[in-house]
Amino acid sequence: MEQIFFILLGLWTLGAALLVVTTRNLLHAALWLIAAFFGIAGIFILLQAEFLAVVQVLIYIGAISTLIIFAIMLTRRLMDPQQPRFNSQWGLVGGFAALLFVGLAAVVTRVAWPVAAGAAVADPIGRLGADFVGPYTVPFEVASVLLVAAMIGAIIIARERE
Amino acid sequence: MEYISNLFVNLGNSWTALLSSFLPSWAVTLVNHLVVAVLLVLMPVIATLTLTVMERKVIARIQNRIGPNRVGPWGIFQAIPDAIKLLTKEDIVPERADKPVFNLAPLLIFVGAALLWAVIPFGRGVIGQDLNVGVLYLVAVGSISTIAIIMAGWSSNNKFALVGAFRIVAQLLSYEVPMVLSMAAVVVLVGTMKMGEIVEIQTIPFGLVLPAAFITYILAAAAETGRAPFDLVEADSEIVAGYFIEYSGLKFGWFYIAEYGNLLAVSAIASTLFLGGWRGPFADQWPVLGPLYFSIKTILIVFLLMWIRGTWPRFRIDQMLALAWKVLVPLGLFNLLWVAAVVKLPVAVGLQWLLVLAGNVVAIMVTLTLMGQAAKRYAAARGVASAA
Repeated sequence: MEQIFFILLGLWTLGAALLVVTTRNLLHAALWLIAAFFGIAGIFILLQAEFLAVVQVLIYIGAISTLIIFAIMLTRRLMDPQQPRFNSQWGLVGGFAALLFVGLAAVVTRVAWPVAAGAAVADPIGRLGADFVGPYTVPFEVASVLLVAAMIGAIIIARERE
Repeated sequence: MEYISNLFVNLGNSWTALLSSFLPSWAVTLVNHLVVAVLLVLMPVIATLTLTVMERKVIARIQNRIGPNRVGPWGIFQAIPDAIKLLTKEDIVPERADKPVFNLAPLLIFVGAALLWAVIPFGRGVIGQDLNVGVLYLVAVGSISTIAIIMAGWSSNNKFALVGAFRIVAQLLSYEVPMVLSMAAVVVLVGTMKMGEIVEIQTIPFGLVLPAAFITYILAAAAETGRAPFDLVEADSEIVAGYFIEYSGLKFGWFYIAEYGNLLAVSAIASTLFLGGWRGPFADQWPVLGPLYFSIKTILIVFLLMWIRGTWPRFRIDQMLALAWKVLVPLGLFNLLWVAAVVKLPVAVGLQWLLVLAGNVVAIMVTLTLMGQAAKRYAAARGVASAA
């Protein structure tokens, strides 16, 4: 049963992701990206990670997609199907993308991930919160510093010159 | 007597027992989930059929009119002819609209309004699904409607629709922050995100322990539902009707249903988080009273929001944003920090709640003083006579 749902969700996510890069209409691409995010949220629910699923919906669909759509609306000629899909840098970017894919694939397949047997822990959210301020304090704080830096940067860029 | 005292849970158990007598267990689960899902999905529709009449009556009374009084006693069936009129209207799609997106937007906004009801506790044990991420789930599902609104505004291929969509997105994103901060204060105080447990712990309504969070939530809720005084997103005199200007017939109806469904949902969340949900006199001995108390509290909040709508003038967009970012967000942040610090103090829970209340009262007073000073500076800078 779970297997069937996983395959369906995987196909849905992959199909939507494929449409993101092939559709000629930028706004439709953003909407297909949202569909792909929903598929990923579904996979999190299958893995009994409700917290991650809800955060996926909240951050990726509620916030980041909205920003992407705003950015798209500020670009020129977004509906023009005559727009070229590639620019002169496609080779370089494609190379980096392939490298990233190979790197991620190597990490995912090579590392022996510790898998605990049996059911999920009783209070996963409490555990997550305790771990964030316990063994994983430094990465957590580094992420916070990064976000604060991004926020201050945005304010400085958006500020009117005096 | 025993049966009636906990009528809703017992009814559910009897229903399950009846089904189990002739269905396998997986089919019983499936049927039960479907029945609950249909009941909860109907909530926005029920909200529309009842709250539209209530709203017209309340606003009419505030404006010294009578309001609808032709259909049924006191006009309580007014919503039915309105709904039939909406159903018989022609379905118009603008010629240069982005058709798939245009048709998908009303559906998505209704889904967002309906999903909210899954975690709202109507009584002890009367809840769709007591998720352990309940409060966060509400916030996440609420953010789906933002996407639906952008889709509607963009695909209509209409300037007013797009301006309306931009306005409402700015408003929704801004007011989501104080709303989440006020909900987070409750979550930190009780230490759980389960909606059912939040009600169980609330021996005193949290509106009396966290008045600042309660006020912030009510203001943010009025903004999130796009109601006056935050109705500049669909201001008739400025942008005609905002993002759903091009919709007609039942597609317009979906937006309408989502609007009133959201109004009832935010009121239900407010009564769960801040007014003690289904708690009330004798609710422990007679759990059947729970849904009744819950409905009364929810309708009281709906009435409060309608009262605000009937009496306050509309905000300008910069005032709307300033209220969120310069007043409600700092207040919410302070409140959250204070609650987080107090719950770590090694004292009894009652004393903690008293300390939280004291901090809240001080925060409200400081906020009001600062706002008064800002108003005086504004008046002095423009040579307007100050009120004080």
